[in-house]
Amino acid sequence: MIPLNWLVALSAIVFTIGVVGVLVRRNALVIFMSVELMLNAANLAFVAFANHMKSLDGQIFVFFVMTVAAAEVAIGLAIIVHLFRLRETVFVDEIHLLKG
Amino acid sequence: MAELWSNPAVQSLTWALVKVLIILQALLGAVSYLIYAERKICGHIQARTGPNRVGPFGLLQPIADGVKLLFKEEFIPAQANKVIFHLAPILAVAPAIVTFSVIPMGPPPMFVVTDINVGLLLFLAMSSLGVYAITLGGWASNNKYALLGGLRASAQMISYELAMGLSTIPVILYAGTLSLVGIVERQGGWYHVVTLPWSLPGLGAELWLPNWGIFHWYLVIPFVIFLITAFAETNRAPFDLPEAEGELVAGFHTEYSSMKWALFFLGEYMNMIVISSIAVTLFFGGWHGPGLMFGTHGWFSPGPPWMGLVWYLVKLGALMFFFIWVRWTFPRLRYDQLMGFGWKVLLPATIVNVLIAALWLYARGAGG
Amino acid sequence: MTIALFVGFAALLVVTSLMVILHRNPVTSALFLVLAFCSLAGIYLLLHAEFLGMVQIVVYAGAIMVLFLFVIMYLNLQHDVESGVQIALRRGIGWLAGAGLLLAGATLLGRGLALGPAAEVSPDQASGNVAAIGKALYSRYLFPFELTSVLLLVAMVGVIVIARGRARSPREDA
Repeated sequence: MIPLNWLVALSAIVFTIGVVGVLVRRNALVIFMSVELMLNAANLAFVAFANHMKSLDGQIFVFFVMTVAAAEVAIGLAIIVHLFRLRETVFVDEIHLLKG
Repeated sequence: MAELWSNPAVQSLTWALVKVLIILQALLGAVSYLIYAERKICGHIQARTGPNRVGPFGLLQPIADGVKLLFKEEFIPAQANKVIFHLAPILAVAPAIVTFSVIPMGPPPMFVVTDINVGLLLFLAMSSLGVYAITLGGWASNNKYALLGGLRASAQMISYELAMGLSTIPVILYAGTLSLVGIVERQGGWYHVVTLPWSLPGLGAELWLPNWGIFHWYLVIPFVIFLITAFAETNRAPFDLPEAEGELVAGFHTEYSSMKWALFFLGEYMNMIVISSIAVTLFFGGWHGPGLMFGTHGWFSPGPPWMGLVWYLVKLGALMFFFIWVRWTFPRLRYDQLMGFGWKVLLPATIVNVLIAALWLYARGAGG
Repeated sequence: MTIALFVGFAALLVVTSLMVILHRNPVTSALFLVLAFCSLAGIYLLLHAEFLGMVQIVVYAGAIMVLFLFVIMYLNLQHDVESGVQIALRRGIGWLAGAGLLLAGATLLGRGLALGPAAEVSPDQASGNVAAIGKALYSRYLFPFELTSVLLLVAMVGVIVIARGRARSPREDA
């Protein structure tokens, strides 16, 4: 039996790494990957609590989060590819105009 | 030592490790002779004799090939991404070996390494990891042809994976479990098809069929689709576009030589064995066969457990022969044909099939 | 045994996710993220969530990350160039914020989780059971489940519209 505290701490660490990744990097793809890290950290917390409470609800929530993440990645990558076609860059600090 | 051995966990772990070792060696041996078989069959299809110089009937050819590959000079392109270039061939072999841990090769517990309740999902997960080997190998080589081959491979394998996953769903509906051992066990025995108006000698008027997946009408089309997607997932002809030698100069493994190239080759053949094993498990009743299957109906009686292994190997061999046969008989598809076929024919067909199977099983009543 | 495996997977998870944000080459970042997802799948297995562990590999490692790699290769991205005062400043702020967040988390965890003791296993809900998850999805969670299918459909349509670029208007055709 893994202590719940360890799992929550691990989840917090991974979430923080994701946050730092979003703040530090300027490549839109890496930022996107960091967002995925954050989502997965939340998933880990869900599974940990589901295991602790011996209930399936947490796991089902994770299932939904995964579905949403898949949809989000598909859309996000399409937007990034489209941006690259327009601006020839994936660096977010070079994409600062609303009108293309 | 004795008390350590009496611990059941230690015992099962040891047995699992022994089985893993045996399977690993058997797989390597099987792959080398599969390549020999492929060259022989190809030769006879093309009215040649195939390898016949090394040993009687060329039977030592795989060993000669292995020695040659080991001693070949290894070439790494100057601009290649070294780490990923080395990683890709390993990734080609590893998922196939992992999948073998859940394939039932005979009645449990003797001939099964482990039986988990998500065995089929493990197979799908590992086959989805197979994309990385080819994509990364192609990308890290820093070569146009290799990159094109890698990109083709990733698009092709993702597209056909969907149809493959969906084509296994009717089997899951039929068996009611994701455990591969459970699926095979569900296919034991006979089922009554129809009462014939006349009487067959020795059999009577009742027509019975083995309970294998393939003998249920709603699992025939899923089997055909599974087989087609299996060709695509293993990058075999007629879907060998990632390595189309005519247009891409061998595609993703253009820059690979020596043992790294051999690992890609090994991976392809291991994937063939794995995917055929899954087909045997899902559609051909796994270890069931005369001598061991079927319960005690008719003239078949239960036999010793090792008969199960024999039957599994016979069915596997037949499917492997089919794989080789198809490769040397069909021309390669064009890329747009491949994509169109995957998305516009196979995918809708599998979805309709899931519906039909679900409705049929529901109409017959749950658990019927 | 479980604890040892957990510590191994957790260490792998933390190291690989750090490498995701530290490595300059996007392809390497993506590969480390695949490794992170796989170790997370391992942790799920240890937590008796076998179904989720496998789905994690199928969906994240098998589909999402392949998509990422595909896009990175398609755009032919090389190592990121990151230099200059502005970027150094932003990096400093980012790591400070991260440290603050971690500190806040540690403080909260230090107070202890007000959760009470672990629940007993109810026989029909042995967690990680594929059948149990399926039953729950198709009964209690049927409506959200159907909604996700609509969501996926919308995403699919959206991606096709975005990827095709600006649709040709009748004016341009003339």
